Amino acid sequence: MAEPVLETQHLSMHFGGVVALDNVTFTLRRGELRCLIGPNGAGKSTFFKCLTGLLTPSEGHVLMQGEETTGWPPHQVAALGVGIKTQVPNVMDALSVQENIWLAARRFLPSAQADAKTREVIDRLALGAIARTDLGQLAHGERQQVELGFVAASDPWLVLLDEPAAGMTAGEVARMTEVIHELNRTAAVVIVEHDMQFIRSIASKVTVFHQGAILIEEDVEAVMSDPHVRNIYLGKKA
Amino acid sequence: MQGSVGRDVIATLIVSVILIWALPLMVGTYTLTVLAIYAMLGLSLGLIWGFGGILCFGQAAFFGLGAYTYAIAAINIGESTLPMIIAVIVPCIFAALLGAMMFYGRLGDVYLGVITLVVTLILFKFVNSTAGPAYTIGNARLGGYNGIPGFPTLNVPGRTDLYIWGDALYYLCAVALVLVYLGVTWLLRSSFGRIAVGIRENETRMSLIGYDVRIRKTVMFAIGAAIAGLAGALYANWGAIVTPGLFSLSQSAEIIIWCIVGGLGTRFGPLLGAAGLGYLKFLLGQQSMINNTMLMGLILVLFVLFLPRGVVPAAISVWRASVGRPRRTGRARAMRRNRRRDRDDG
Repeated sequence: MAEPVLETQHLSMHFGGVVALDNVTFTLRRGELRCLIGPNGAGKSTFFKCLTGLLTPSEGHVLMQGEETTGWPPHQVAALGVGIKTQVPNVMDALSVQENIWLAARRFLPSAQADAKTREVIDRLALGAIARTDLGQLAHGERQQVELGFVAASDPWLVLLDEPAAGMTAGEVARMTEVIHELNRTAAVVIVEHDMQFIRSIASKVTVFHQGAILIEEDVEAVMSDPHVRNIYLGKKA
Repeated sequence: MQGSVGRDVIATLIVSVILIWALPLMVGTYTLTVLAIYAMLGLSLGLIWGFGGILCFGQAAFFGLGAYTYAIAAINIGESTLPMIIAVIVPCIFAALLGAMMFYGRLGDVYLGVITLVVTLILFKFVNSTAGPAYTIGNARLGGYNGIPGFPTLNVPGRTDLYIWGDALYYLCAVALVLVYLGVTWLLRSSFGRIAVGIRENETRMSLIGYDVRIRKTVMFAIGAAIAGLAGALYANWGAIVTPGLFSLSQSAEIIIWCIVGGLGTRFGPLLGAAGLGYLKFLLGQQSMINNTMLMGLILVLFVLFLPRGVVPAAISVWRASVGRPRRTGRARAMRRNRRRDRDDG
Protein backbone atom coordinates (compact mmCIF):
# COMPACT_ATOMS: atom_id res chain seq x y z
CA MET A 1 0.00 0.00 0.00
CA ALA A 2 1.36 3.44 -0.99
CA GLU A 3 2.35 5.86 1.76
CA PRO A 4 -0.08 8.58 2.88
CA VAL A 5 0.48 12.05 1.41
CA LEU A 6 -2.40 13.75 3.18
CA GLU A 7 -3.84 12.91 6.59
CA THR A 8 -6.19 14.58 8.98
CA GLN A 9 -6.45 13.40 12.55
CA HIS A 10 -9.54 14.16 14.62
CA LEU A 11 -10.14 17.39 12.72
CA SER A 12 -12.92 19.57 14.12
CA MET A 13 -14.13 23.03 13.26
CA HIS A 14 -16.62 25.04 15.27
CA PHE A 15 -18.18 28.35 14.31
CA GLY A 16 -19.51 29.52 17.64
CA GLY A 17 -21.99 26.83 18.63
CA VAL A 18 -22.19 25.33 15.13
CA VAL A 19 -20.10 22.22 14.55
CA ALA A 20 -19.04 22.27 10.89
CA LEU A 21 -16.51 19.44 11.19
CA ASP A 22 -16.64 16.77 13.85
CA ASN A 23 -13.58 14.60 14.52
CA VAL A 24 -12.70 13.86 10.89
CA THR A 25 -9.88 11.40 10.34
CA PHE A 26 -9.00 11.02 6.70
CA THR A 27 -6.12 9.50 4.73
CA LEU A 28 -5.15 9.98 1.09
CA ARG A 29 -2.38 7.86 -0.35
CA ARG A 30 0.13 8.55 -3.12
CA GLY A 31 -1.44 8.29 -6.58
CA GLU A 32 -4.99 8.20 -5.24
CA LEU A 33 -7.90 10.21 -6.65
CA ARG A 34 -10.63 10.78 -4.10
CA CYS A 35 -13.93 12.56 -4.41
CA LEU A 36 -15.59 14.15 -1.39
CA ILE A 37 -19.36 14.33 -1.65
CA GLY A 38 -22.21 15.18 0.63
CA PRO A 39 -25.31 17.36 0.80
CA ASN A 40 -25.09 21.10 1.35
CA GLY A 41 -23.77 21.91 4.83
CA ALA A 42 -22.15 18.48 5.20
CA GLY A 43 -18.74 20.04 5.93
CA LYS A 44 -16.93 19.33 2.64
CA SER A 45 -15.96 22.91 1.93
CA THR A 46 -14.98 23.57 5.55
CA PHE A 47 -12.80 20.46 5.40
CA PHE A 48 -11.30 21.73 2.13
CA LYS A 49 -10.58 25.13 3.66
CA CYS A 50 -8.89 23.53 6.66
CA LEU A 51 -6.63 21.60 4.28
CA THR A 52 -5.70 24.67 2.25
CA GLY A 53 -5.09 26.95 5.22
CA LEU A 54 -8.03 29.23 4.46
CA LEU A 55 -9.43 28.16 7.84
CA THR A 56 -7.59 27.11 10.99
CA PRO A 57 -9.26 24.07 12.54
CA SER A 58 -10.52 24.33 16.10
CA GLU A 59 -9.04 20.94 16.96
CA GLY A 60 -7.07 18.15 15.32
CA HIS A 61 -4.18 17.92 12.92
CA VAL A 62 -3.48 18.16 9.19
CA LEU A 63 -0.38 16.35 7.91
CA MET A 64 1.04 16.60 4.39
CA GLN A 65 3.74 14.06 3.53
CA GLY A 66 4.08 13.55 7.26
CA GLU A 67 4.63 17.26 7.99
CA GLU A 68 2.23 19.01 10.34
CA THR A 69 0.57 21.84 8.41
CA THR A 70 -2.27 22.64 10.82
CA GLY A 71 -2.95 26.37 10.84
CA TRP A 72 -0.39 27.14 8.16
CA PRO A 73 -1.33 30.11 5.96
CA PRO A 74 -2.39 29.21 2.38
CA HIS A 75 0.84 30.42 0.77
CA GLN A 76 2.89 28.09 2.95
CA VAL A 77 0.63 25.12 2.16
CA ALA A 78 0.80 25.90 -1.58
CA ALA A 79 4.57 26.37 -1.41
CA LEU A 80 4.90 22.72 -0.33
CA GLY A 81 3.77 21.77 -3.84
CA VAL A 82 0.03 21.68 -3.32
CA GLY A 83 -2.15 22.82 -6.24
CA ILE A 84 -5.40 24.44 -5.11
CA LYS A 85 -8.56 25.36 -6.98
CA THR A 86 -11.30 27.04 -5.00
CA GLN A 87 -15.07 26.69 -5.40
CA VAL A 88 -15.69 30.08 -7.03
CA PRO A 89 -13.27 30.95 -9.84
CA ASN A 90 -10.55 32.89 -8.11
CA VAL A 91 -8.51 34.61 -10.81
CA MET A 92 -6.87 37.91 -11.72
CA ASP A 93 -9.59 39.51 -13.84
CA ALA A 94 -7.61 42.40 -15.30
CA LEU A 95 -4.76 40.14 -16.48
CA SER A 96 -4.62 37.90 -19.53
CA VAL A 97 -4.87 34.12 -19.43
CA GLN A 98 -1.17 33.94 -20.25
CA GLU A 99 -0.20 36.32 -17.42
CA ASN A 100 -2.44 34.46 -14.96
CA ILE A 101 -0.84 31.11 -15.69
CA TRP A 102 2.65 32.64 -15.78
CA LEU A 103 2.15 33.89 -12.22
CA ALA A 104 1.47 30.33 -11.08
CA ALA A 105 4.41 28.92 -13.02
CA ARG A 106 6.79 31.63 -11.76
CA ARG A 107 6.19 30.65 -8.15
CA PHE A 108 8.21 27.48 -8.61
CA LEU A 109 10.36 28.21 -11.68
CA PRO A 110 12.86 30.85 -12.84
CA SER A 111 11.44 33.43 -15.23
CA ALA A 112 12.54 31.86 -18.55
CA GLN A 113 11.36 28.39 -17.54
CA ALA A 114 8.09 29.89 -16.32
CA ASP A 115 7.52 31.29 -19.84
CA ALA A 116 8.02 27.82 -21.35
CA LYS A 117 5.80 26.20 -18.71
CA THR A 118 3.06 28.76 -19.40
CA ARG A 119 3.07 27.92 -23.12
CA GLU A 120 2.98 24.20 -22.30
CA VAL A 121 -0.01 24.58 -19.95
CA ILE A 122 -1.89 26.80 -22.42
CA ASP A 123 -1.41 24.15 -25.15
CA ARG A 124 -2.39 21.35 -22.77
CA LEU A 125 -5.64 23.07 -21.79
CA ALA A 126 -6.30 24.26 -25.37
CA LEU A 127 -6.43 27.90 -24.21
CA GLY A 128 -4.32 29.22 -27.11
CA ALA A 129 -7.19 31.12 -28.74
CA ILE A 130 -7.86 33.14 -25.60
CA ALA A 131 -4.30 33.35 -24.26
CA ARG A 132 -4.14 37.14 -24.61
CA THR A 133 -7.70 37.79 -23.43
CA ASP A 134 -8.27 39.28 -19.99
CA LEU A 135 -9.91 36.89 -17.55
CA GLY A 136 -12.67 39.39 -16.84
CA GLN A 137 -13.95 38.91 -20.38
CA LEU A 138 -14.15 35.12 -20.25
CA ALA A 139 -17.07 32.80 -19.57
CA HIS A 140 -17.35 30.90 -16.29
CA GLY A 141 -16.16 27.60 -17.76
CA GLU A 142 -13.09 29.19 -19.31
CA ARG A 143 -12.23 30.84 -16.01
CA GLN A 144 -12.53 27.44 -14.30
CA GLN A 145 -10.10 26.02 -16.85
CA VAL A 146 -7.61 28.81 -16.19
CA GLU A 147 -7.78 27.96 -12.51
CA LEU A 148 -6.94 24.38 -13.38
CA GLY A 149 -4.09 25.90 -15.39
CA PHE A 150 -2.77 27.42 -12.13
CA VAL A 151 -2.67 23.94 -10.66
CA ALA A 152 -1.07 22.34 -13.73
CA ALA A 153 1.60 25.08 -13.94
CA SER A 154 2.86 24.39 -10.43
CA ASP A 155 3.64 20.67 -11.00
CA PRO A 156 2.07 19.67 -7.68
CA TRP A 157 2.30 16.37 -5.80
CA LEU A 158 -1.06 17.00 -4.18
CA VAL A 159 -4.05 18.60 -5.90
CA LEU A 160 -7.07 19.96 -4.03
CA LEU A 161 -10.02 20.89 -6.27
CA ASP A 162 -13.29 22.35 -5.04
CA GLU A 163 -16.12 21.77 -7.54
CA PRO A 164 -13.98 21.90 -10.68
CA ALA A 165 -16.85 20.95 -13.03
CA ALA A 166 -19.39 23.46 -11.75
CA GLY A 167 -20.96 25.56 -14.50
CA MET A 168 -19.02 23.96 -17.33
CA THR A 169 -20.23 22.63 -20.67
CA ALA A 170 -20.03 18.91 -21.46
CA GLY A 171 -17.02 19.52 -23.70
CA GLU A 172 -15.24 21.52 -21.02
CA VAL A 173 -15.97 18.84 -18.42
CA ALA A 174 -14.53 16.17 -20.74
CA ARG A 175 -11.33 18.21 -21.18
CA MET A 176 -11.23 18.92 -17.45
CA THR A 177 -11.55 15.16 -16.72
CA GLU A 178 -8.67 14.46 -19.08
CA VAL A 179 -6.44 17.06 -17.41
CA ILE A 180 -7.29 15.81 -13.93
CA HIS A 181 -6.34 12.27 -14.96
CA GLU A 182 -3.08 13.64 -16.34
CA LEU A 183 -2.40 15.46 -13.07
CA ASN A 184 -3.21 12.27 -11.18
CA ARG A 185 -0.29 10.49 -12.88
CA THR A 186 2.11 12.50 -10.72
CA ALA A 187 -0.11 13.79 -7.93
CA ALA A 188 -2.70 12.56 -5.45
CA VAL A 189 -5.99 14.37 -6.03
CA VAL A 190 -8.87 15.38 -3.76
CA ILE A 191 -12.02 16.66 -5.47
CA VAL A 192 -15.02 18.17 -3.71
CA GLU A 193 -17.92 17.74 -6.13
CA HIS A 194 -21.69 17.54 -6.51
CA ASP A 195 -21.98 16.33 -10.10
CA MET A 196 -22.55 12.56 -9.71
CA GLN A 197 -21.97 11.85 -13.39
CA PHE A 198 -18.62 13.61 -13.21
CA ILE A 199 -17.73 11.71 -10.03
CA ARG A 200 -18.57 8.38 -11.67
CA SER A 201 -16.37 9.26 -14.64
CA ILE A 202 -13.39 10.30 -12.59
CA ALA A 203 -13.14 8.63 -9.19
CA SER A 204 -12.78 5.12 -7.96
CA LYS A 205 -13.09 5.88 -4.27
CA VAL A 206 -15.50 8.34 -2.67
CA THR A 207 -15.74 9.81 0.83
CA VAL A 208 -19.23 10.86 1.88
CA PHE A 209 -19.59 13.69 4.40
CA HIS A 210 -22.71 14.08 6.48
CA GLN A 211 -23.30 16.53 9.35
CA GLY A 212 -19.60 17.37 9.59
CA ALA A 213 -18.39 13.78 9.82
CA ILE A 214 -17.39 11.02 7.41
CA LEU A 215 -20.39 8.76 6.80
CA ILE A 216 -18.83 6.24 4.49
CA GLU A 217 -15.64 5.73 2.48
CA GLU A 218 -16.04 3.21 -0.32
CA ASP A 219 -15.75 2.52 -4.05
CA VAL A 220 -17.95 4.78 -6.11
CA GLU A 221 -20.46 2.08 -7.05
CA ALA A 222 -20.73 0.84 -3.47
CA VAL A 223 -21.38 4.40 -2.31
CA MET A 224 -24.02 5.01 -4.96
CA SER A 225 -25.91 1.88 -3.98
CA ASP A 226 -25.59 2.43 -0.23
CA PRO A 227 -29.10 3.01 1.19
CA HIS A 228 -27.82 5.54 3.75
CA VAL A 229 -26.19 7.63 1.06
CA ARG A 230 -29.23 7.38 -1.18
CA ASN A 231 -31.33 8.48 1.72
CA ILE A 232 -29.34 11.49 2.90
CA TYR A 233 -27.67 12.60 -0.28
CA LEU A 234 -29.57 11.47 -3.35
CA GLY A 235 -33.04 11.29 -1.83
CA LYS A 236 -35.03 8.13 -1.16
CA LYS A 237 -36.46 7.89 -4.63
CA ALA A 238 -33.18 8.31 -6.49
CA MET B 1 9.81 41.29 -23.78
CA GLN B 2 13.42 42.52 -23.75
CA GLY B 3 12.89 44.22 -27.09
CA SER B 4 9.86 46.11 -25.80
CA VAL B 5 11.80 47.17 -22.67
CA GLY B 6 14.58 48.49 -24.90
CA ARG B 7 12.09 50.44 -27.02
CA ASP B 8 10.43 51.74 -23.85
CA VAL B 9 13.74 52.99 -22.44
CA ILE B 10 14.78 54.65 -25.71
CA ALA B 11 11.36 56.32 -26.12
CA THR B 12 11.49 57.54 -22.49
CA LEU B 13 14.98 58.96 -22.95
CA ILE B 14 14.13 60.74 -26.23
CA VAL B 15 10.92 62.28 -24.82
CA SER B 16 12.72 63.22 -21.58
CA VAL B 17 15.62 64.94 -23.35
CA ILE B 18 13.18 66.94 -25.51
CA LEU B 19 11.04 67.94 -22.50
CA ILE B 20 14.00 68.78 -20.26
CA TRP B 21 15.40 71.00 -23.02
CA ALA B 22 12.13 72.55 -24.23
CA LEU B 23 10.20 73.21 -21.00
CA PRO B 24 12.57 75.90 -19.66
CA LEU B 25 11.81 77.87 -22.82
CA MET B 26 8.20 78.20 -21.60
CA VAL B 27 8.34 77.97 -17.78
CA GLY B 28 10.99 79.11 -15.33
CA THR B 29 13.38 76.44 -14.02
CA TYR B 30 12.52 77.37 -10.42
CA THR B 31 8.92 76.27 -11.03
CA LEU B 32 9.91 73.32 -13.19
CA THR B 33 12.15 72.01 -10.42
CA VAL B 34 9.29 71.73 -7.96
CA LEU B 35 7.04 70.25 -10.66
CA ALA B 36 9.62 67.52 -11.29
CA ILE B 37 9.71 66.86 -7.53
CA TYR B 38 5.89 66.70 -7.36
CA ALA B 39 5.95 64.33 -10.34
CA MET B 40 8.33 62.05 -8.48
CA LEU B 41 6.09 62.17 -5.40
CA GLY B 42 3.03 61.38 -7.54
CA LEU B 43 4.89 58.48 -9.14
CA SER B 44 5.72 57.09 -5.68
CA LEU B 45 2.03 56.79 -4.79
CA GLY B 46 1.14 55.76 -8.34
CA LEU B 47 3.48 52.81 -7.93
CA ILE B 48 2.16 51.47 -4.64
CA TRP B 49 -1.51 52.31 -5.25
CA GLY B 50 -1.84 51.81 -8.99
CA PHE B 51 0.32 48.70 -9.24
CA GLY B 52 0.52 47.40 -5.68
CA GLY B 53 -3.11 48.04 -4.73
CA ILE B 54 -2.06 49.81 -1.50
CA LEU B 55 -4.05 53.00 -0.97
CA CYS B 56 -1.79 55.02 1.30
CA PHE B 57 -3.32 58.18 2.72
CA GLY B 58 0.01 59.12 4.23
CA GLN B 59 2.46 59.43 1.37
CA ALA B 60 3.13 62.94 2.65
CA ALA B 61 4.60 61.36 5.80
CA PHE B 62 7.42 59.78 3.78
CA PHE B 63 7.86 62.97 1.76
CA GLY B 64 8.16 65.01 4.95
CA LEU B 65 10.43 62.44 6.60
CA GLY B 66 12.75 62.59 3.58
CA ALA B 67 12.85 66.39 3.73
CA TYR B 68 13.42 66.59 7.49
CA THR B 69 15.98 63.77 7.45
CA TYR B 70 17.95 65.60 4.77
CA ALA B 71 17.83 68.90 6.65
CA ILE B 72 18.90 67.33 9.96
CA ALA B 73 21.63 65.18 8.39
CA ALA B 74 22.93 68.08 6.28
CA ILE B 75 23.29 70.32 9.36
CA ASN B 76 25.15 67.58 11.21
CA ILE B 77 27.27 66.23 8.35
CA GLY B 78 27.75 69.25 6.13
CA GLU B 79 28.46 67.55 2.81
CA SER B 80 25.17 66.69 1.05
CA THR B 81 25.85 63.26 -0.51
CA LEU B 82 25.41 61.19 2.65
CA PRO B 83 22.36 63.19 3.83
CA MET B 84 20.69 62.50 0.46
CA ILE B 85 21.26 58.77 0.92
CA ILE B 86 20.04 58.85 4.54
CA ALA B 87 16.96 60.81 3.43
CA VAL B 88 16.00 57.89 1.16
CA ILE B 89 16.85 55.17 3.67
CA VAL B 90 14.99 56.59 6.71
CA PRO B 91 11.50 56.80 5.09
CA CYS B 92 12.16 53.41 3.48
CA ILE B 93 12.87 51.74 6.84
CA PHE B 94 10.02 53.62 8.53
CA ALA B 95 7.61 52.39 5.82
CA ALA B 96 8.98 48.86 6.01
CA LEU B 97 8.26 48.75 9.75
CA LEU B 98 4.84 50.38 9.39
CA GLY B 99 4.01 48.16 6.40
CA ALA B 100 5.10 44.98 8.18
CA MET B 101 2.85 45.90 11.11
CA MET B 102 -0.12 46.50 8.80
CA PHE B 103 0.32 43.68 6.30
CA TYR B 104 1.38 40.98 8.77
CA GLY B 105 -1.47 42.19 10.97
CA ARG B 106 -3.80 41.42 8.03
CA LEU B 107 -5.41 44.85 8.14
CA GLY B 108 -8.05 45.58 5.52
CA ASP B 109 -7.79 48.43 3.02
CA VAL B 110 -9.93 50.80 5.10
CA TYR B 111 -7.85 50.32 8.25
CA LEU B 112 -4.68 50.68 6.21
CA GLY B 113 -5.93 54.03 4.92
CA VAL B 114 -6.86 55.15 8.42
CA ILE B 115 -3.52 54.11 9.93
CA THR B 116 -1.42 55.83 7.26
CA LEU B 117 -3.54 58.95 7.67
CA VAL B 118 -3.18 58.88 11.45
CA VAL B 119 0.59 58.36 11.23
CA THR B 120 0.83 61.45 9.01
CA LEU B 121 -1.24 63.48 11.47
CA ILE B 122 0.86 62.28 14.41
CA LEU B 123 4.05 63.33 12.63
CA PHE B 124 2.45 66.68 11.74
CA LYS B 125 1.41 67.31 15.35
CA PHE B 126 4.73 66.09 16.73
CA VAL B 127 6.92 68.20 14.44
CA ASN B 128 4.70 71.21 15.11
CA SER B 129 5.35 70.82 18.83
CA THR B 130 9.14 70.72 18.63
CA ALA B 131 9.82 74.39 19.15
CA GLY B 132 12.50 75.27 21.65
CA PRO B 133 16.06 74.17 22.38
CA ALA B 134 14.94 70.88 23.95
CA TYR B 135 14.20 69.43 20.53
CA THR B 136 17.53 69.06 18.80
CA ILE B 137 19.16 66.20 16.93
CA GLY B 138 22.92 66.78 17.04
CA ASN B 139 23.34 70.36 15.94
CA ALA B 140 19.93 70.57 14.26
CA ARG B 141 17.04 72.26 16.05
CA LEU B 142 13.71 70.94 14.82
CA GLY B 143 12.18 74.39 15.13
CA GLY B 144 8.52 73.44 15.66
CA TYR B 145 6.06 75.41 13.53
CA ASN B 146 8.88 77.45 11.96
CA GLY B 147 10.67 74.37 10.66
CA ILE B 148 14.37 74.12 9.86
CA PRO B 149 15.92 76.82 7.70
CA GLY B 150 19.51 77.43 6.72
CA PHE B 151 20.81 73.90 6.23
CA PRO B 152 23.52 73.20 3.63
CA THR B 153 21.89 72.49 0.28
CA LEU B 154 23.12 70.13 -2.44
CA ASN B 155 26.73 70.33 -3.45
CA VAL B 156 28.79 68.49 -6.06
CA PRO B 157 29.85 65.27 -4.26
CA GLY B 158 33.12 65.91 -2.44
CA ARG B 159 33.10 69.66 -3.23
CA THR B 160 31.35 71.50 -0.39
CA ASP B 161 32.13 74.82 -2.05
CA LEU B 162 30.28 73.93 -5.28
CA TYR B 163 26.52 74.19 -4.69
CA ILE B 164 23.91 72.80 -7.10
CA TRP B 165 21.17 75.40 -7.40
CA GLY B 166 19.08 77.30 -9.95
CA ASP B 167 19.18 75.71 -13.42
CA ALA B 168 21.58 72.99 -12.27
CA LEU B 169 19.12 71.89 -9.58
CA TYR B 170 16.38 71.74 -12.22
CA TYR B 171 18.46 69.49 -14.45
CA LEU B 172 19.43 67.32 -11.48
CA CYS B 173 15.78 66.90 -10.39
CA ALA B 174 14.65 66.22 -13.96
CA VAL B 175 17.35 63.58 -14.46
CA ALA B 176 16.49 62.05 -11.06
CA LEU B 177 12.84 61.87 -12.14
CA VAL B 178 13.76 60.15 -15.41
CA LEU B 179 15.95 57.65 -13.52
CA VAL B 180 13.17 56.93 -11.01
CA TYR B 181 10.69 56.53 -13.89
CA LEU B 182 13.02 54.07 -15.63
CA GLY B 183 13.57 52.27 -12.32
CA VAL B 184 9.81 51.94 -11.84
CA THR B 185 9.48 50.69 -15.44
CA TRP B 186 12.15 48.08 -14.81
CA LEU B 187 10.55 47.08 -11.50
CA LEU B 188 7.12 46.62 -13.09
CA ARG B 189 8.55 44.54 -15.93
CA SER B 190 10.44 42.33 -13.47
CA SER B 191 8.95 39.24 -11.86
CA PHE B 192 8.50 41.23 -8.64
CA GLY B 193 6.41 43.87 -10.42
CA ARG B 194 4.29 41.35 -12.31
CA ILE B 195 3.64 39.45 -9.10
CA ALA B 196 2.76 42.74 -7.34
CA VAL B 197 0.14 43.41 -10.02
CA GLY B 198 -1.20 39.89 -9.48
CA ILE B 199 -1.50 40.65 -5.76
CA ARG B 200 -3.32 43.90 -6.54
CA GLU B 201 -5.79 41.90 -8.61
CA ASN B 202 -6.45 39.01 -6.23
CA GLU B 203 -4.59 38.61 -2.98
CA THR B 204 -6.30 35.36 -2.00
CA ARG B 205 -5.51 33.66 -5.29
CA MET B 206 -1.87 34.76 -5.19
CA SER B 207 -1.66 33.37 -1.69
CA LEU B 208 -3.18 30.07 -2.87
CA ILE B 209 -0.59 29.93 -5.64
CA GLY B 210 2.08 30.12 -2.96
CA TYR B 211 3.16 33.75 -2.75
CA ASP B 212 3.67 35.39 0.64
CA VAL B 213 1.58 38.47 -0.02
CA ARG B 214 2.59 40.16 3.25
CA ILE B 215 6.31 40.47 2.56
CA ARG B 216 5.77 41.53 -1.05
CA LYS B 217 3.35 44.29 -0.07
CA THR B 218 5.74 45.45 2.65
CA VAL B 219 8.61 45.68 0.15
CA MET B 220 6.43 47.52 -2.38
CA PHE B 221 5.30 49.97 0.31
CA ALA B 222 8.92 50.60 1.35
CA ILE B 223 10.01 51.22 -2.26
CA GLY B 224 7.23 53.80 -2.67
CA ALA B 225 8.35 55.47 0.57
CA ALA B 226 11.98 55.56 -0.59
CA ILE B 227 10.93 57.39 -3.78
CA ALA B 228 8.79 59.80 -1.74
CA GLY B 229 11.77 60.31 0.60
CA LEU B 230 14.01 61.19 -2.36
CA ALA B 231 11.38 63.66 -3.56
CA GLY B 232 11.24 65.13 -0.05
CA ALA B 233 15.02 65.57 0.11
CA LEU B 234 15.04 67.32 -3.28
CA TYR B 235 12.14 69.49 -2.13
CA ALA B 236 14.13 70.50 0.95
CA ASN B 237 16.96 71.59 -1.35
CA TRP B 238 14.59 73.47 -3.64
CA GLY B 239 12.92 75.39 -0.79
CA ALA B 240 16.02 75.60 1.45
CA ILE B 241 13.62 75.21 4.38
CA VAL B 242 11.51 72.36 5.77
CA THR B 243 8.30 73.00 7.72
CA PRO B 244 5.63 70.77 9.34
CA GLY B 245 3.33 71.64 6.42
CA LEU B 246 5.09 68.85 4.49
CA PHE B 247 3.26 66.35 6.72
CA SER B 248 -0.08 68.09 6.39
CA LEU B 249 -3.37 66.47 5.52
CA SER B 250 -3.79 68.72 2.48
CA GLN B 251 -0.41 67.54 1.14
CA SER B 252 -1.51 63.89 1.51
CA ALA B 253 -4.85 64.59 -0.16
CA GLU B 254 -3.18 66.41 -3.04
CA ILE B 255 -1.00 63.40 -3.88
CA ILE B 256 -4.10 61.19 -4.05
CA ILE B 257 -5.84 63.73 -6.29
CA TRP B 258 -2.80 63.84 -8.61
CA CYS B 259 -2.99 60.07 -9.04
CA ILE B 260 -6.76 60.01 -9.63
CA VAL B 261 -6.64 62.85 -12.15
CA GLY B 262 -3.57 61.53 -13.99
CA GLY B 263 -4.79 57.94 -14.01
CA LEU B 264 -4.04 54.99 -11.78
CA GLY B 265 -2.44 51.84 -13.12
CA THR B 266 -0.19 53.81 -15.46
CA ARG B 267 3.33 55.07 -14.83
CA PHE B 268 2.85 58.35 -16.63
CA GLY B 269 -0.59 59.24 -15.21
CA PRO B 270 0.37 60.15 -11.61
CA LEU B 271 3.43 61.95 -12.93
CA LEU B 272 1.35 64.02 -15.33
CA GLY B 273 -1.36 64.63 -12.72
CA ALA B 274 1.22 65.86 -10.21
CA ALA B 275 3.04 68.17 -12.62
CA GLY B 276 -0.19 69.42 -14.24
CA LEU B 277 -2.07 70.17 -11.04
CA GLY B 278 1.11 71.48 -9.42
CA TYR B 279 1.47 73.98 -12.24
CA LEU B 280 -2.21 74.91 -11.99
CA LYS B 281 -1.74 75.50 -8.27
CA PHE B 282 1.29 77.66 -9.03
CA LEU B 283 -0.73 79.76 -11.52
CA LEU B 284 -3.66 80.08 -9.11
CA GLY B 285 -1.27 81.15 -6.37
CA GLN B 286 -0.57 84.30 -8.38
CA GLN B 287 -4.15 85.56 -7.98
CA SER B 288 -6.60 85.89 -5.11
CA MET B 289 -9.99 85.60 -6.84
CA ILE B 290 -10.34 81.81 -6.77
CA ASN B 291 -9.65 79.68 -3.71
CA ASN B 292 -6.97 77.16 -4.58
CA THR B 293 -8.22 74.33 -2.34
CA MET B 294 -11.80 74.71 -3.55
CA LEU B 295 -10.68 74.48 -7.15
CA MET B 296 -8.66 71.31 -6.40
CA GLY B 297 -11.77 69.79 -4.83
CA LEU B 298 -13.86 70.80 -7.81
CA ILE B 299 -11.36 69.25 -10.22
CA LEU B 300 -11.42 66.01 -8.24
CA VAL B 301 -15.23 65.90 -8.24
CA LEU B 302 -15.39 66.57 -11.98
CA PHE B 303 -12.83 63.87 -12.73
CA VAL B 304 -14.54 61.31 -10.50
CA LEU B 305 -17.84 62.06 -12.24
CA PHE B 306 -16.76 62.37 -15.86
CA LEU B 307 -13.32 60.80 -16.21
CA PRO B 308 -13.02 58.34 -13.32
CA ARG B 309 -10.10 56.45 -14.83
CA GLY B 310 -8.04 59.61 -15.22
CA VAL B 311 -6.45 61.47 -18.13
CA VAL B 312 -3.85 58.97 -19.30
CA PRO B 313 -6.02 55.80 -19.36
CA ALA B 314 -8.77 57.79 -21.11
CA ALA B 315 -6.29 59.10 -23.68
CA ILE B 316 -4.95 55.57 -24.25
CA SER B 317 -8.51 54.27 -24.78
CA VAL B 318 -9.25 57.03 -27.30
CA TRP B 319 -5.96 56.38 -29.09
CA ARG B 320 -6.58 52.64 -29.31
CA ALA B 321 -10.14 53.16 -30.51
CA SER B 322 -9.24 55.65 -33.23
CA VAL B 323 -5.59 55.59 -34.28
CA GLY B 324 -3.54 52.99 -32.46
CA ARG B 325 -5.18 49.78 -33.64
CA PRO B 326 -7.19 50.35 -36.79
CA ARG B 327 -9.53 47.43 -37.25
CA ARG B 328 -8.90 45.82 -40.59
CA THR B 329 -12.04 43.92 -41.26
CA GLY B 330 -12.40 41.37 -44.04
CA ARG B 331 -14.69 43.78 -45.84
CA ALA B 332 -12.09 46.57 -45.70
CA ARG B 333 -9.38 44.23 -46.91
CA ALA B 334 -11.55 43.09 -49.80
CA MET B 335 -12.26 46.71 -50.79
CA ARG B 336 -8.54 47.51 -50.79
CA ARG B 337 -7.84 44.39 -52.85
CA ASN B 338 -10.53 45.38 -55.36
CA ARG B 339 -9.19 48.93 -55.60
CA ARG B 340 -5.66 47.58 -56.23
CA ARG B 341 -6.98 45.19 -58.89
CA ASP B 342 -8.92 48.02 -60.58
CA ARG B 343 -5.81 50.19 -60.57
CA ASP B 344 -3.67 47.41 -62.07
CA ASP B 345 -6.31 46.65 -64.71
CA GLY B 346 -6.91 50.28 -65.59
